[in-house]
Amino acid sequence: MNPTLHAVRLGLARGWIETRHTLVSRQEIGFTVVTSAAMIVVMYFQRDATLPGTSISLAAVTLPGVLGMLAAFNGLLSAVGGLAVEREDGTLLRAKALPQGMVGYLVGRIVLVSLTTLTRVLVVLVGGLVLIPSLAHTPPSGWLTMVWVLLLGLTATLPLGAVIGSLVTNPQTAAGLSMLLTGGLAAVSGIFYPLSALAGWLQALAHVFPLYWLGLGMRSALSPAGAAAEIGGSWHTLETIGVLGAWSVAGLLLAPPILRRMARRESGSLMQMRRDRALQRIG
Amino acid sequence: MKVMRDLGESSALAGQAEPAVIEVRDLRMRYGPVEVLQGVDFTVRAGEVIALLGPNGAGKTTTIEILEGFRVRSGGQVRVLGTDPAGGDERWRARIGVVLQSWRDHGSWRVRELLDHLGRYYAPYSDEGRSRPVPTDELMAAVGLTEHAGRRVAKLSGGQRRRLDVAIGIVGRPDVLFLDEPTAGFDPEARRDFHDLVHRLSDLDDTTILLTTHDLDEAEKLADRILILSGGRIVADGSADRLAREVSRDAQVRWSVRGEHFVHATDDATGFVRDLFAQHGDEIGDLEVRRATLEDTYMAILRKEER
Repeated sequence: MNPTLHAVRLGLARGWIETRHTLVSRQEIGFTVVTSAAMIVVMYFQRDATLPGTSISLAAVTLPGVLGMLAAFNGLLSAVGGLAVEREDGTLLRAKALPQGMVGYLVGRIVLVSLTTLTRVLVVLVGGLVLIPSLAHTPPSGWLTMVWVLLLGLTATLPLGAVIGSLVTNPQTAAGLSMLLTGGLAAVSGIFYPLSALAGWLQALAHVFPLYWLGLGMRSALSPAGAAAEIGGSWHTLETIGVLGAWSVAGLLLAPPILRRMARRESGSLMQMRRDRALQRIG
Repeated sequence: MKVMRDLGESSALAGQAEPAVIEVRDLRMRYGPVEVLQGVDFTVRAGEVIALLGPNGAGKTTTIEILEGFRVRSGGQVRVLGTDPAGGDERWRARIGVVLQSWRDHGSWRVRELLDHLGRYYAPYSDEGRSRPVPTDELMAAVGLTEHAGRRVAKLSGGQRRRLDVAIGIVGRPDVLFLDEPTAGFDPEARRDFHDLVHRLSDLDDTTILLTTHDLDEAEKLADRILILSGGRIVADGSADRLAREVSRDAQVRWSVRGEHFVHATDDATGFVRDLFAQHGDEIGDLEVRRATLEDTYMAILRKEER
């Protein structure tokens, strides 16, 4: 029995168990219901509007972007928040005390984030299928594109979240920082209104981050007729793969050493110190 | 083991034959300008139960964390199972059990589910005579959690939660077990159950145990040997009995004669009481001979160190 492989298998089991716990937790159900409802309401009001200059439903253009955004936010926030919380409550230290425990922990985290993201995307997608009849006519190739764009979106954001979660030491800072980051990115992502309406320097900024490309890729998958409304009138598929791929590679290169360094420094008294500080904040 | 412990002195001699499991030489730890550990030395032999005592902030937790491999020391030599903990591999890790002061993790997991899952990490690391992990049912029975097997960890009481921590610490049937204040929050019954568990681990599994506690009574009951850490050094090392005799051979004798109460300190309580009866015979009442408790000894040693 190869111990590392064994730990990977345990990580898969762990991810599945935690996903089950998460999906039935009241907090998670509440969060999913509220965010999904908000997005479905937006689409409901857009259902009769069309993309200016075309006959494409505005909702059909918004939905793919929203799905991409969900994937990115989940990838980033779950990784950041999860790490920050689990460093404080001792989960990480527990993993450190087990042989090959960190391998199991990381694999488990990746499975958990991926599966919960998938669930949230599915919930909104089902709502979209009901509201936007044209969505049901998406060809298999479109669904396939959606899957690889989502996966690439996850690999671009999850390691990044892990890096931020390792560098920031308390959950509040972590949550605040990532909300700021994702909120800012969403504003210039081209998901809620076309990027071409923004100032040039904002457009350039948006092109650097994964969120714009994630939205673009999702639109190319689920609303292929709208290419004319995009910048340059094209889906820029290769560039999408390039930028998301670059973020993924950077994240996957950076995350392991930073995670290792963070885990190496983790100890019971550090955990206690953070907890005392947290109690002081409350008290 | 139990018998040897009762013989006090001889257990230290018998222990010499066992190989050293933990070796600490001139261990130093510095946090910024503060040197918390200033040259700690001690050795723990296979199968020993050691209690590490000391005032808050003396560096007990730091010492344990260095031995666990969770913290990198500033100086000195440390060997646990022959390996430097700072560079311990996964095979070494599998032989170490850790119970930290406080956890709040895995709240949404159920007790059996968690023990089962964490135990499986140890499956590739069974040694001769040490099958890993301990079967989950056996483990839950050992710590008294059988009836809570299906409960969510977050719903356990403080004492139950602590028992779960101990269970997780021993799920891999460790050769060496580190316990940092294991009985904090235990009621008297849970405490006694825990003491039985420690004796079983030590006697049946030959587990070497290093624990910290603030409960001196507990230290006296559990430990073959007591280490007192103060001012960054080990200031006392020996069985409770031996430490008591080193500090003071005196016992306090209390008695009454015709309703009048007396107290006398002596290093020969037996001889003194014999004389007392020879002198007063049947008039003696309320006789009580009290040797220095570990608490007296501990306080005396700390006072001496502070001076």
